[in-house]
Amino acid sequence: MPYLGSEDVVKELKKALCNPHIQADRLRYRSVIQRVIRMSKLDQWGQAEVLNFLLRYQPRSEEELFDILNLLDSFLKSSSPGVVMGATKLFLILAKKFPHVQTDVLMQVKGPLLAACSSESRELCFAALCHVRQILHSLPGHFSSHYKKFFCSYSEPHYIKLQKVEVLCELVNDENVQQVLEELRGYCTDVSADFAQAAILAIGGIARTYTDQCMQILTELLGLRQEHITTVVVQTFRDLAWLCPQCTEAVCQALPGCEENIQDSEGKQALIWLLGVHGKRIPNAPYVLEDFIENVKSETFPAVKMELLTAVLRLFFSRPAECQDMLGRLLHYCIEEEKDMAVRDRGLFYYRLLLAGISEAKQILCSPKSDPSLRLLEDQAERPVNSWALDFNTLVPVYGKARWATLSKCQGVEHHGPELPNTAAFPTSGPLIPEENKESVQELPDSGALMLIPNHQLTAECFEKTWLSLKVAHQQVFPWQGAVHPDTLQMALQVVNIQTIAMSRAGTQPWKAYLSAQDDTGCLFLTELLLEPANLQMQISVKQSEARTETLKSFISVLETVIGTIGDIKS
Amino acid sequence: MISQFFILSSKGDPLIYKDFRGDSGGRDVAELFYRKLTGLPGDESPVVMHHDDRHFIHIRHSGLYLVATTSENISPFSLLELLSRLATLLGDYCGSLGEATISRNVALVYELLDEVLDYGYVQTTSTEVLRNFIQTEAVVSKPFSLFDLSSVGLFGAETQQSKVAPSSAASRPVLSSRSDQSQKNEVFLDVVERLSVLIASNGSLLKVDVQGEIRLKSFLPSGSEMRIGLTEEFCVGKSELRGYGPGIRVDEVSFHSSVYLDEFESHRILRLQPPQGELTVMRYQLSDDLPSPLPFRLFPSVQWDRGSGSPVVTLMKMGCGFPGTDCSLLPCSQALNVRLHLPLPRGVVSLSQELSSPEQKAELGEGALRWDLPRVQGGSQLSGLFQMDVPGLPGPPGQGPSASAPLGLGPASLSFELPRHTCSGLQVRFLRLAFRPCGNANPHKWVRHLSHSDAYVIRI
Repeated sequence: MPYLGSEDVVKELKKALCNPHIQADRLRYRSVIQRVIRMSKLDQWGQAEVLNFLLRYQPRSEEELFDILNLLDSFLKSSSPGVVMGATKLFLILAKKFPHVQTDVLMQVKGPLLAACSSESRELCFAALCHVRQILHSLPGHFSSHYKKFFCSYSEPHYIKLQKVEVLCELVNDENVQQVLEELRGYCTDVSADFAQAAILAIGGIARTYTDQCMQILTELLGLRQEHITTVVVQTFRDLAWLCPQCTEAVCQALPGCEENIQDSEGKQALIWLLGVHGKRIPNAPYVLEDFIENVKSETFPAVKMELLTAVLRLFFSRPAECQDMLGRLLHYCIEEEKDMAVRDRGLFYYRLLLAGISEAKQILCSPKSDPSLRLLEDQAERPVNSWALDFNTLVPVYGKARWATLSKCQGVEHHGPELPNTAAFPTSGPLIPEENKESVQELPDSGALMLIPNHQLTAECFEKTWLSLKVAHQQVFPWQGAVHPDTLQMALQVVNIQTIAMSRAGTQPWKAYLSAQDDTGCLFLTELLLEPANLQMQISVKQSEARTETLKSFISVLETVIGTIGDIKS
Repeated sequence: MISQFFILSSKGDPLIYKDFRGDSGGRDVAELFYRKLTGLPGDESPVVMHHDDRHFIHIRHSGLYLVATTSENISPFSLLELLSRLATLLGDYCGSLGEATISRNVALVYELLDEVLDYGYVQTTSTEVLRNFIQTEAVVSKPFSLFDLSSVGLFGAETQQSKVAPSSAASRPVLSSRSDQSQKNEVFLDVVERLSVLIASNGSLLKVDVQGEIRLKSFLPSGSEMRIGLTEEFCVGKSELRGYGPGIRVDEVSFHSSVYLDEFESHRILRLQPPQGELTVMRYQLSDDLPSPLPFRLFPSVQWDRGSGSPVVTLMKMGCGFPGTDCSLLPCSQALNVRLHLPLPRGVVSLSQELSSPEQKAELGEGALRWDLPRVQGGSQLSGLFQMDVPGLPGPPGQGPSASAPLGLGPASLSFELPRHTCSGLQVRFLRLAFRPCGNANPHKWVRHLSHSDAYVIRI
């Protein structure tokens, strides 16, 4: 147990959060929470700890929920970011059924989060930015009016700049798109190549929604003729041509000339792909590809050669006259001279495909692509707040969800078995159920099996009719000694809610009794007890109005208990 | 909950190592951390790192790495806050935080850590409570300083020096040795503002953001009450109106929990009983709506010609019209350590310069131009003419010389310090102490105002 400032704080806390009787009584629980919250000696660490504890309690009514939220409201205004974020998490989780409350809370926490984002401590700033991104996944417009807060300055470390660019890319809307793009364009010429490339990719991301403005900027960047910029721009073009077919025209116009400034594998692949797929609209496409074929022997990346094969074949289908010769040369090289087996196999494959027939090969290679709009929709789907509320104010957003998943997976395999990642991710996932509820929860499985109605009344006629119409569902023999005391038995059966319809008098031979009971689903249990003193056995036959073996079994066990008890008394 | 805590020097030498729970491998984690930190790929953040089942969370503070490891998925905000609180605390007790002071006070640091954290849980971070448990005294090295001599005036007369405290005066341990009575009762109050500004190429203001803090460092016995009077026209929020004239407006204010605000509404007075050591009394933010004009204006003009032979000529004029001064009211106001950073197009080979005064310096480095101005007087205008040769730069889109900047040039960023100036206009009117010291030594009160740049960017 962490030390929370003073002895009485700990005492009160324990009372509040571990004592089921207090939790069962709403008013007492409230007053304890109130006392804990008001405790002046609680410093910020204590407050954060208390908020963490409160996560374990689940209010039972709406009224109680809002009462607790009101009590805790002051924590949202604390000057310590740790306390504010802890309170926010608690609010988000408690109000999981009230999206408008969650939105209100996120509105309130906007100020502290933005302050943390421009904090002097780089590390705090980074954590806050990660959480801003998390919120933006669910509420894309949440920080749009504060876009200026996420502009980078040159003295900031790299990892903060990258986060800020991501945030800018996500909060863009109709009003700020102009300013955000202008800012991002400034970053594209940054001294650091990594940062410049991240900015270009961000512009590419925005281009899915605001195509025209972004295309203009990207085209301008090609004019710089710098390798590290051109390669990323061309990769962005490739993604855009795939995702937004409407900007294909602009891409095709911008492409000529940029092959001179691309040296790396990724960029070459993107350029060759574009030339192959959209070569029809690029006048000099065959000549650019021809250059690549000339130099194919000195090409170091197999992936580029594969891409080249596919592209030349595709272009051959749309511009056969210009491409036939070089396709032949390329295929010859790949099949005869290439040392990389994947490239050689790909060459052979295309060669045989062409042998099978030009039109068939064209159908396979150039048939309509899958619907790109599907992926676009998937990307933009907003995630509900509840999907990440548990992860808020933990390390998960700081690592990023994907990275965290891999981390906790290795952790589980290497060290702790499969359960631990779960408990590590949600330290408070097991809510404390108030004691009362716990009892009823425990009862539920039993009563689901068998719950006999106390005041069940069945007339003798009705019993007789039902008895005759049903078949015997179960027959069993219990050991029995001595005579029967009908009154005792009747009393005992009454206790377990079994009604006696008729019973022979004591001492009659053979002795018989007819019993009836009904469970909460309306199923009738009709029973005949038959005692033949000669063989010292009590035979029971049970009939059931609905055939359910589970309830039948539990009914028989009840009966067995009663008869066994009575029998014991006798002996 | 923290498993281990350690402090590394900027070169990766472990200075302090403490294992709280004994649940993870020994001292070599410190080395492991430094190796991971230096070997990190560029696009990953070093703030949170992971190894095996351990998370490393660290902050950098005055050249040191303060690292905590944990195996739980804890709140990053609380932990980062704790680390920076620890940094402040160590600074308070050791005088200042740095490699030398830490290694001189190892015993004290371990003693502090023992009291602050128990089994990885925070016990208390309050200077007040900790005071009772800490026995070790800080070892301070006192560099010989001429200030000490010059502050003794001739025949006891007050000199100019005695009115100004040396900037290092506040960096001494709060827990002064019991024998040394010469330590003065002192209070240092700083109003520090960080300014981030973005100016468009046509001179219009795109973004202004001021982050302000009132910081207090008190060496008074704890429990002594003090009152800080702020400018009466200080308004919070967009709608509030106080006084006549423009007023001083901030968007948001947050106070430390020990501040009593009963006189804040009526007289803008903060009442508090500060513990010894450093404390951020108030934080405030102001954006977009600055009451006074900006401290610096930059008027850049760029000329470049078609054809690869001709140079790019950049003329920088910097105007330093200080707000409200109109160059005459506060002739003594000045900016220090002004530095202009201007990224240049790739492939710049030579630079020639004409600067307006000899103490300035301009040089090329890392693909950027750095123009250093150690001191800029208020109301003056400075200029620098830079001529660069950029072979292979494509010419401007139009015909003939162009006024628009070539891609890759700019934006310019300025960094500077403005002593005795706050951009929001907030001033501390008075600082009164209710405390009556025993003996005749009156407590010394030092109040500083300072603005410095966070990001002051001018697009070209």
